[in-house]
Order: sequence, then C-alpha cells, then structure tokens
Amino acid sequence: MWYLCVFFHRLLDYRRPEVEALAELFGAYEDGRECLEWKLPQLNHPDSPFHFVNLPSEDIARNIANRSILVKGMYELWGEGCSYEELEEAIKAYPDDRKLPYLTSETTFRIIVDSFGKVISFEEQNKRIRGFTYIPFKGRVNLKNPDHKFWLIETDEYGSNNGLPPVVQRRLFFGREVGAADRKLLPTYQLKSRKYLGPTAMDAEMAFLMANQALATPGKLVYDPFVGTGSILVAAAHFGAMTMGADIDIRVVRDGRGPECNVWSNFKQYGLPMPVSLLRADNNLPPWRPGLKEVFDAIICDPPYGVRAGGRKSGGRKLLKGVIDPYTVPDDKRLGHIPSTAPYSLAECIHDLFELAARMLVMGGRLVFFYPVIREDGSSETHYPEHPCFTLVAACEQILSLRYSRHLLTMVKKGPYSEEIAAEASRMHLDFRENHLKWLEDGKLHSAVFSPIDSQNDGSVESKFNKDSKPKYRGKYV
Amino acid sequence: MRLLTHNMLSSNIKGVANGFPLGLEVQKFVEKQVDFNPDFLKNMFPKIEWKALVTAAKTMGYAELPEEVESSMLESEDFLQKFHHALLELHLEEGALICPETGRRFAVTKGIPNMLLHEDEV
Repeated sequence: MWYLCVFFHRLLDYRRPEVEALAELFGAYEDGRECLEWKLPQLNHPDSPFHFVNLPSEDIARNIANRSILVKGMYELWGEGCSYEELEEAIKAYPDDRKLPYLTSETTFRIIVDSFGKVISFEEQNKRIRGFTYIPFKGRVNLKNPDHKFWLIETDEYGSNNGLPPVVQRRLFFGREVGAADRKLLPTYQLKSRKYLGPTAMDAEMAFLMANQALATPGKLVYDPFVGTGSILVAAAHFGAMTMGADIDIRVVRDGRGPECNVWSNFKQYGLPMPVSLLRADNNLPPWRPGLKEVFDAIICDPPYGVRAGGRKSGGRKLLKGVIDPYTVPDDKRLGHIPSTAPYSLAECIHDLFELAARMLVMGGRLVFFYPVIREDGSSETHYPEHPCFTLVAACEQILSLRYSRHLLTMVKKGPYSEEIAAEASRMHLDFRENHLKWLEDGKLHSAVFSPIDSQNDGSVESKFNKDSKPKYRGKYV
Repeated sequence: MRLLTHNMLSSNIKGVANGFPLGLEVQKFVEKQVDFNPDFLKNMFPKIEWKALVTAAKTMGYAELPEEVESSMLESEDFLQKFHHALLELHLEEGALICPETGRRFAVTKGIPNMLLHEDEV
C-alpha cells in the first residue's frame, strides 16, 4: 500500500535512509522485498518534503513514523490535486470502503491545515476546513485527542521562496494520519541541557538518526569505540539497546567533571539504563580476548578525523617513528605511569574500525560512522572506504562548511570474518589509501578546512566564494 | 566493571599468548540492579566463556552458578536469573585485572578498567 510520507525539511539526505532502516527494523522486508519503493508526487523535486512510499501494512507505516526523527507524518492519501476542484474530485473518487470506517458517528476527528513554503492565516484555515462539507463526516470534532486526524497540506505556487528549487508546482494533499514523529525527544535530549559535554559531543538529533540507522532496540548490544561523553550511546539507550563504550582518554570516561558530571550521569539524567561497560582502550590495540567474535549488534561512532579533535593511539610518537629506541618503564615507576600516545591518522583509524566491526559484529549487524569529505567543485562521485565483509546501504551527507562535509555511512555485515578476509581488507585499504585518501593523512584535512582560502589557491577562487554568486538554494541535486 | 566486560577482555601485551582470563583483584565491589532481559541473555550466552564467568563470580563472592552448562538450561527462569545476576549485576568498582601470564595489573578505578598499554608493551 502506498503512503504519503511527509518529511521535516531538514537533513534532506538522511530522510529516506532513516525510513528504510526503520522499515527493516519493523519487518517491512519480511515478505521478501529487498528495498522500499519510492515515488515523488508529480513534478516534485527529490528535495521536496513529499514522498510516496510503498509499505506492506499500516502498522509498519505507523511504527516507522512514530519512531523516526525526520518523518513529520505518514498519511493514507485520500486525494491530491493542483487545485481545490481537483482535490475534491480525487477525494470523491477515493473508494468508500477506505473512507467510511473513519467517518462513523462513534469516532472523533479533527482536520489540520498545514502548508509548506507559505503561511495560511487562521481564518483561511477555517475557511478551508469548512470547504470539506463534501466529505460525510459523522463523528464529533475533538481537537485535543481525536481518534482520527485528517491533514490538508498545501504547498506554494512556483516561486523562489518556498524553500525548494523552482520546479515544484503547487500541490494539495488530503489524507488520514497513520503516524507521526515524536520530535519532543529532541528538546528533552538537547545538548544545552546535557550535564556532561565535550567539544565534539554529538548533536541529539543526529545521535538519534545514527541510533535509528543502527537499528537499536531492546536486547541488542551497541558499541562505540570513541565514546567520549557518551552522546551517541545515550540515543541508542533511549531506544532500549544495551550500550558499551571505550575511549583512549581516561579523563573523559572515568573522571568527567566530578562525581555528578560524567558519562554515567548523562544516562542517569534521562533515567536510562547505564552502559553495560565503559573502558579505557585503544582502538588500535583492542583488548578483546582471542576467539571473541560476533558479539555486537551494531557499532556506532564518530571517529576522530582531526578537524575538531585528533585521534591518539598507544606508543610514543618518537618511539613509533624510530627516533628513540624502545625502552622499559622501570618497575618502581610502573604503577603511576602515564603511557605516551601518538597521533592516529584517519586512514589507520578507519582500517582499525573495519577490522573491529568485521570481527565483532554479528552477521547482519550494522556499522554506522561518520566519514569526512572535502567538497571539491565538480567532483560528483565520492569514494567511500570499503571492506569485503560490508555492504554500504546508506550514505548521507551533512554539509558542514563550504569546504567540507561529513557523510554518515551505514554498512551491513554480509560476509563472515576470517584471516583471509582480513588480509584482503588490508589490501583494499592500501589501495584505497593510495588512490582516494591522500588528503586524509596527517593534518591535511585540518589545513584544508581551516587554512585561509588564498593560501590554497590563486585569486580565481574569489569569485567562486563571492556571496552574491551563491545560488539561493543549495541542495544535493541542484 | 561487570563480569560481562571481564569475560570479553584479555591482556593484549605484545608477546603474551594466553592473556585470558584476567585475574580479579577486588578492593571494592557493589551490586547494582539491572532490568532483566531474557532475550539479551540468550543472545549473549553462546559467546560467554563459561568457566571464566564461574571463576570470576566466585571471586566476587557469588557461587550460585553451575559449573557445567548447556543451552537447554536457558529455558529455566531460575538459571537465567542467576546468569543475569552474575553477568550484569556484580560490579568491580575498585581493584585490578591481572594478566595471567605476566602478572601486569590493569587498574580498575570508578568501575572503569584501564586497558591502555605502556610504551614497552605495545
């Protein structure tokens, strides 16, 4: 059955993948379908908030909408058109056996008028609602807690100011609400009221999207190897998953900012179950016992890519470079010894992350992580790191500045891990590093993001970044 | 640190062949109640090194776990409760994990094991 899926007009690239992930979580693929069917309303642009999606049942549609962050609502569409006359005709033509059960005298209802790219005054809204006399509503109106909500959604005429590129035509939709997102989560979890924060704490909305991509549910174990202040795991724990985190910085995981301001307190603040475990460990030299594999259902993380925070790994910088000889820490100094760490390049970090995920994820488990990309002009294709065990199912771009963006990659473990696979993965990694990853090495990303423009290029750039020349609408498909 | 974590960790010092199971040095331990989730327990059961769990639980003063197990025991509510208690509710708050081969102490403070290696162990 086709449903009208209306999105909030933000994080455009994340919208469909979120619905697809949740569709899997709620069993939409159990009837053998391999992916969701999508359609755009007539003359609509991919960035439009209006999409049609084919789902096996209303329950699944409701579950997806209720858990999602970006779906404003899922609707059973009763009619659409370019004008009110067309809309009336469409609604009248919609089969009665689909309409009448929701119009009976025992039920309560309300009609909500919504718009995209324009504002409709209260009087206008009432006028439009009164215009629906041709629908035989028998029930009573209940504005607070109706059994059924009907939505009239209107988009503006062709124009430059409705938030979409000027290809979208005026369209009217009328439908019955099947489910809607619970955005109340976001003010509850917003970072500004979080007790313990670090400089790279994950924004609450994004953390929930990541937890959705990872299919976090009760009974599952979710791991974050760069846990920091726990901002991603908080979202996974909200959805009932067991959580586990590690970080190389012991001050962050153990001490925080005092007894009531640390990673544990972040979970306590929201009444969430505490992480199953937090530990200090190095992702480069993970302390898992030999033979331990396929324990995590998902690994979610925001690896350090050296723009706002750099990664560290065990072993002294000079030691690893061979500038100084290996040395032994004297026995009497061992107890309080603080081991030195060395910079951890993103390339290495991604390699270790794949290795960890390939070994420790269950089959079908998900690896969800951010990957930075320099936004070069004219490059259409982005190369993502690959691993023989993993299939990329979603890549969502979030533009951070004119120069760089981060992509949320969701990968599913499709093949089992073995020594041969690990060797093959190392080869792929070296190849990838050679061809696509040069700029990720040793601080290049940092300088690409932060250095002044004129130090990188000659004067020709100026016009490119000139404010007036920037198109008003900058989306992925424009 | 819960015994689930203990069951997953080993000493990864360079050259150590048998870093598992880590010994437990208990200075302070606490019991914290955790919501019972049978699905999670059933998922974890095949991945647990049972002997190491039994020994660790005994060190923490909990001797109710059977020495030998098989998956049919997961049907028993009583067994699941004991498994749940040992795996998730016993916390090592202060103490250390001891490498069985070298005797190296990995300190556990405020419930967080410090598994980072020194420069000469990498």
